[in-house]
Amino acid sequence: MSREVAVLGVGMHPWGKWGRNFVEYGVHAARAALRDAGIAWSEVQFVSGAATMRCGYPGYVAGATFAQALGWQGAQVNTSYAACASGSQALAAARAQILSGGCEVALVVGADTTPKGFLAPMAGHRPEDPDWVRFHLGITNPTYFALYARRRMDLYGATLEDFTQVKVKNAAHGAANPNARYRKPFTREEVMESAMVADPLRLLHVCATSDGGAAVVLTSLDYARRRGLKAPRIAAISTVTPRFASNEVEMPDIATDSAVAAEPHSFRRSIAARAYEEAGLGPEDLSLAEVYDLASSMELDWYEYIGLCQPGNAEGLLRSGATRIGGRIPVNASGGLACFGEAVPAQALAQVCELVWQLRGQAGGRQVEGARIGITANQGLFGHGSAVIVRN
Amino acid sequence: MTRRQAAAIEGWYTLENPPHLLGSRCASCGTYYFPRLTAGFCRNPACEGTSFKDVQLSRTGRIWSYTNACYQPPPPFVAPDPFVPFAIAAVELGEERLIVLGQVAAGIEVARLRVGMPMELVLETLYSEGDTDKLVWKWRPVEAAP
Repeated sequence: MSREVAVLGVGMHPWGKWGRNFVEYGVHAARAALRDAGIAWSEVQFVSGAATMRCGYPGYVAGATFAQALGWQGAQVNTSYAACASGSQALAAARAQILSGGCEVALVVGADTTPKGFLAPMAGHRPEDPDWVRFHLGITNPTYFALYARRRMDLYGATLEDFTQVKVKNAAHGAANPNARYRKPFTREEVMESAMVADPLRLLHVCATSDGGAAVVLTSLDYARRRGLKAPRIAAISTVTPRFASNEVEMPDIATDSAVAAEPHSFRRSIAARAYEEAGLGPEDLSLAEVYDLASSMELDWYEYIGLCQPGNAEGLLRSGATRIGGRIPVNASGGLACFGEAVPAQALAQVCELVWQLRGQAGGRQVEGARIGITANQGLFGHGSAVIVRN
Repeated sequence: MTRRQAAAIEGWYTLENPPHLLGSRCASCGTYYFPRLTAGFCRNPACEGTSFKDVQLSRTGRIWSYTNACYQPPPPFVAPDPFVPFAIAAVELGEERLIVLGQVAAGIEVARLRVGMPMELVLETLYSEGDTDKLVWKWRPVEAAP
């Protein structure tokens, strides 16, 4: 039996700093996805929401919140939370419901309204929470991004120029994306001369926090066939946890596992590997990839983690132009987080939306010619892997 | 007036100088933990250990990576006024085979650091509250020892 499901519709609310209620963005995206699919809201049998932790109780129960806002119609409901990987988990829940025969049509929605500046931990004196402790010590999210970047520089000879070229590339891609928040091409000089945040990363290397919403309509392959539709299919969803002993410093932890009694493992490398295994595909089959460039330097890490090249060769791959639109394996054709900024529960779904538009040939000025198979990769705080493979 | 000294985070390190980080070690498989394991079960999936010893971790290690904080972090960080940027290092402890983050001792700039550099643990003030200095562990290049 096929383990694939069809993506009949995708939709977004443009990313920005709109300052409105997250529910508005979610409903906007959901209606856009339903219109795109040609499916009425009343036909949806399962609503799967990606939760947000910054918008009060309605955010904790996002699935029901979106269902109520769209108009209660008795659908079954689910809400998933996995930090930045929430969207993939909401997608996985919908897929499982379809594949187990529990429904044929599912709607997956994620949306967020974010505060200005650094993401900060919950209030109070909570020394038992590593997320609280690291902020108490002055260790913010960009600290971790910068640790990975500096390590690339010292071990592999990465340069500030390389990180800057990632930003310039993604800005050029995103300039043609109507849903991106930043649609302005950046020059090398503008990026290099922006304020230092966490050495070696400048402000324009680090992604912003954004408002936005994304939605996906999933159906069984049978349903799509009956409707006479040939749609891109979800071939794999990886939601793996790390494997002990995890050998990289991971947000929000102060320390790694100890590798005294177990072999060290790279968590990020295992995320895409699980998706490839499930789909029976490999990096050589990809037409494009959407990866989590929380900082421009981390896009280079992902080239290696998703198998586009060997460790230490990401800078060479970037410099060759292979990861630009028009190159062998374009990465972040959407513009990535560099152009979107992060709207946590919507981001993994936004990556899937981009792959679907690309596979349908509907990506306009940022179209990757002949796109057939794409992968997304991201990671949520506290051990949530996320990779989705979409294929024609 | 004598100033009092207290840990900024209770139970994570000793307050003698030089300090030690306080960890746990599984009595069955030898895995180390920092901070101390409070849950009572070893996290090594191949180990069912439930007995742990309190241990002091190695005071020295090598830099895994490093950076700094140029922007003032949000609370619960208690920032001096005006804010002074500080360096941060991730240091790998050889015997324990784990990496521990921490601020770098005051006055040490990023330009002095590199991956693989030997570092040692020191105690410095993280912030002050009334007549009490809240102390925290920091990493300092061994070569910068006075």
